[in-house]
Amino acid sequence: MVYAAAALIFGLFAVVLRDDGFVTASNLLNIGRQAAPIAVMAVGMAFALGAAEIDLSVGSVAALSSLVVADAVGSFGFAAGVAITLAVGAGIGAVNGFIAVKVRIPSFLVTLGTLGIVSGVARNLNNLQSLPIRNDVYLNVFGAGSLGPISSLLIWTVVIGAVGHLALHQLRWGRHVLAVGADRSAAAALGIRTDRIRITALIASAAAASLAGMLLAGRLAIGRHDLGENLLLTVIAAVVIGGTNLFGGRASVAGAIAGSIVMAMLNNGLILMGLRVADQLIARGVIIILAVALSMREQKEA
Amino acid sequence: MTVEAQATALEVEGLCKSFRAVQALDHVDLTLRYGEVTALLGDNGAGKSTFVKCVAGVYAPDTGRMRVDGVETSIANPDAARELGIETVHQTLAVIDTLDVAENLFLNREHTRGGPIGAWLGVLDKKRMRIETAHILERLGIRIPSLRRPMGALSGGQRQAVAIGRATAWGRQIVMLDEPAAALGVEQAARVLELILNLREGGAAVLLITHNMDRVSEVCDRAVVLRQGRKTAEVAVGDVTTDDLVAYITGAKTQRTRP
Ligand SMILES: Nc1ncnc2c1ncn2[C@@H]1O[C@H](COP(=O)(O)OP(=O)(O)OP(=O)(O)O)[C@@H](O)[C@H]1O
Ligand SMILES: [Mg+2]
Repeated sequence: MVYAAAALIFGLFAVVLRDDGFVTASNLLNIGRQAAPIAVMAVGMAFALGAAEIDLSVGSVAALSSLVVADAVGSFGFAAGVAITLAVGAGIGAVNGFIAVKVRIPSFLVTLGTLGIVSGVARNLNNLQSLPIRNDVYLNVFGAGSLGPISSLLIWTVVIGAVGHLALHQLRWGRHVLAVGADRSAAAALGIRTDRIRITALIASAAAASLAGMLLAGRLAIGRHDLGENLLLTVIAAVVIGGTNLFGGRASVAGAIAGSIVMAMLNNGLILMGLRVADQLIARGVIIILAVALSMREQKEA
Repeated sequence: MTVEAQATALEVEGLCKSFRAVQALDHVDLTLRYGEVTALLGDNGAGKSTFVKCVAGVYAPDTGRMRVDGVETSIANPDAARELGIETVHQTLAVIDTLDVAENLFLNREHTRGGPIGAWLGVLDKKRMRIETAHILERLGIRIPSLRRPMGALSGGQRQAVAIGRATAWGRQIVMLDEPAAALGVEQAARVLELILNLREGGAAVLLITHNMDRVSEVCDRAVVLRQGRKTAEVAVGDVTTDDLVAYITGAKTQRTRP
């Protein structure tokens, strides 16, 4: 379904926007670059949703991570900087999960709170100024670099997709995530540590968001308090269009990536159509609601 | 049926469990013996499922002592129960509708592959689990059209059969079945009774919760009756009529269980 949608949208834009350069190598590459951070976040979100949780803080975690990595890579070098940033992201996920599970607040509310806190921290961190990144290794690995002809952003998408796909389908953890998401009390009755599964699913989501923030930072060679901040809806839409159940128990990593490409094509197409930013927002909102409604109806029938 | 003195499998003493104002279990004593099927009877809300969940490690009892094979234990979680050889079919079945039959059968006892690293990562050995699932279902006489179908696509009876298969497949010695035959057709129900008798033959201690008195007289050796969380009777099934049992369940008749 999501693959059909991707093909349909591609075909539609290819025809409608044929004079605006939709199907040029450089624009397709551009779409791929746009899709990468969305896809990485979407893979993480697939685990949160699969476990019947939701992580609304991903956009703010990406933004904070872009700043943290800009600072940390500058101060401590490439490897330590990246490790610190990932740890910050995973830590936020752990806090989300811990509060949701132990204090028994729905992750919907916990992560909504985290979203605000993290956004605020990101704004305070460098007084709304962007931080330039000058580390060449970093910019190569997370940004404009490439391995042969293949852009590093594309490689990240494939790697994260493969890791996520294997974790979901080949590891006990992935299976337990889906079991807990489908029926938490049944999973608990079978001895699955549902707390641990829910917390780790939220850690996966936040860590992925952190990585996505690093990709955004790499692409622009800066860290800034709002990088990726508005991607939340795009990410959730990508995941749900890709066949993950919004209410848990079913998830698809490959679908999440395909959904991300659909979303990136949409963004790109709407810009090429020459829509004003305000109209882009409206169009995107309408399309997202339609697409999610369609795919949820299909999931119910399946 | 005569009740011989069999070795004690599980002894529960003074089990109490309340949910806020509701005292679901009030000092319940119960003993399961190897090679014996014990019926746990009682009206809706009597506390039968709560009892099973306490022994299965799903609920933490408020007070009470449990001994397995004469050794005092506390069953803190479902894994602990399984490790002690206690398998349970819950009334709700505890199957995951979105997973397939093999995935359900092996849920939380998955085979892993790839040696110690694979085990640490939890790399699933799907092929082995699928093959074993086919064997288990065949041995238990459970017919499922396709092992790849999600549980949610199976009939109520098939789902129940899989849940029972999951509890009885591992040669465990203490098996608790909470209303296992409720949604089964005639043939499947007969199979379940056969399964229970096989378990007893194999020396297992079985606890059977049912509302069907015919089943009690067919397969059970003893019956324990709960009423509003209290044990009101414990009898050898051969010594009483089904009317007696019904009278205990409804409270028309009571028996002093502790002198
Ligand atoms: N999780 C729970 N929270 C609150 N109350 C509960 C819970 N579980 C059981 N109870 C209450 O405890 C009492 C015993 O319930 P239980 O499920 O053990 O009955 P039962 O004997 O299994 O009944 P049935 O034959 O209908 O299955 C009931 O009053 C029930 O409402
Ligand atoms: Mg019950």
